Amino acid sequence: MMKIGVLALQGAVREHAKSLEAPDTEVIIVKRPEQLEEIDGLVFPGGESTTMRRLVEKYQFFEPLQAFAKAGKPIFGTCAGLILMATDVVGEPEGHLELMDMTVQRNAFGRQRESFETELSIRGVADDVEAVFIRAPLITEVGQDVEVLAEYKDEIVVARQDHLLSCSFHPELTNDRRFHQYFVQMVREAQTAVNV
Amino acid sequence: MAERGTDRVKRGMAEMQKGGVIMDVVNGEQAKIAEEAGAVAVMALERVPSDIRAAGGVARMADPTIVQEVMDAVSIPVMAKARIGHIVEARVLESLGADYIDESEVLTPADDVYHMDKSEYTVPFVCGARDLGEATRRIGEGASMLRTKGEPGTGNIVEAVRHMRLIQSQIRKVIGLSKDELMTEAKNLGAPYELLLQIRDRGRLPVVNFAAGGIATPADAALMMQLGADGVFVGSGIFKSEYPDKFARAIVEATTHYEDYELIAKLSKGLGTAMTGMDISQLEGFDRMQDRSQ
Repeated sequence: MMKIGVLALQGAVREHAKSLEAPDTEVIIVKRPEQLEEIDGLVFPGGESTTMRRLVEKYQFFEPLQAFAKAGKPIFGTCAGLILMATDVVGEPEGHLELMDMTVQRNAFGRQRESFETELSIRGVADDVEAVFIRAPLITEVGQDVEVLAEYKDEIVVARQDHLLSCSFHPELTNDRRFHQYFVQMVREAQTAVNV
Repeated sequence: MAERGTDRVKRGMAEMQKGGVIMDVVNGEQAKIAEEAGAVAVMALERVPSDIRAAGGVARMADPTIVQEVMDAVSIPVMAKARIGHIVEARVLESLGADYIDESEVLTPADDVYHMDKSEYTVPFVCGARDLGEATRRIGEGASMLRTKGEPGTGNIVEAVRHMRLIQSQIRKVIGLSKDELMTEAKNLGAPYELLLQIRDRGRLPVVNFAAGGIATPADAALMMQLGADGVFVGSGIFKSEYPDKFARAIVEATTHYEDYELIAKLSKGLGTAMTGMDISQLEGFDRMQDRSQ
């Protein structure tokens, strides 16, 4: 049995929990740092990144989350979650958790009226993944250890660095669970690696 | 092919606001305070509801200068209010780039019979509702988010509690009905049948439902979350309190941890004076904003 947490400070928590549901997966709603000890993988949901960042700091999540990533446990950040994971954010003096070697630009497409949905080809997942972009960020630069898994109009929207995965859209808003399954598989592999 | 303004894109935007606080602001400076405090969005207004009450007269869409100033000041989403049925105010706000439009009874209605056809717009809408009939009619017109009406600008939570409890209990009832009982329930509620069917099958509303109207303290915000709100709007409560900055932070935290009573006790200490409240039984006729639309 795998235990996958969803960071529940703010945002689309319920949708991620639903997308992760499976016979061999227990979903844990994470509101306190000590809960990180009992889980094998974690999702940073979409929401407002400034709000989430403030709550991460306020509730002493900052260091435990960095330790969680350092321990080799998989993390999947979507939209605001991606912003939290990046080492650099355009226009800001520093990144937030600085887990993945990449630069992101917030609200890169513009305001809500520019939000859209489309089909996306994601390496290792499928070439027709439903993707909803809402006031979405973009990955403008990646380090050499970061693998680009998908692009939209030549801009990077999905990236992976070892056990860390991030995307600028919202897989939790559709019934298409293939991308979540990809992450669940990452957690499964990380778990097997530890047990061997 | 990229598609804009779909239901998923519009409703999804509101999903991202869940568990958060949306604050009324009247200028860029207040918007910055709200953003710093952790608001998930701000509502740009010319006056907060309690001042609209005090001023009397006709309340209209804010001067675009204010909406623009607020949009320039913060990176979080900016909402703005249009009068009920005022298609042009809504289009103007959409063209300015407002991220969400509140077709709001807080302003003086422009149409006393019809609400707007909100499905026509790329920008999403939020509307107020007191019961499931009103809620589903607004969704039927294309609203992507709901909020309780409460009684705005009073600092009195009683009406928001009434609306939230009623909607929740009506949803529970619908879930328990058999399909053949549903049409009569649709008639009784004045609700579109198809939407009731969806609610029965999914076990919840198809859009998020925030609490609004009269929330004045961190405990008020936590109360509404416990009653089933997806998040809260705070109107006059923040910038009419003694220390807005402290107050805003406390309300954000109480909304996140709405079941942590020790924390809420701590947050509520030394907050200074909350906004002055108002007994709603003093209000009559047109002063009851919640009665301005059906």
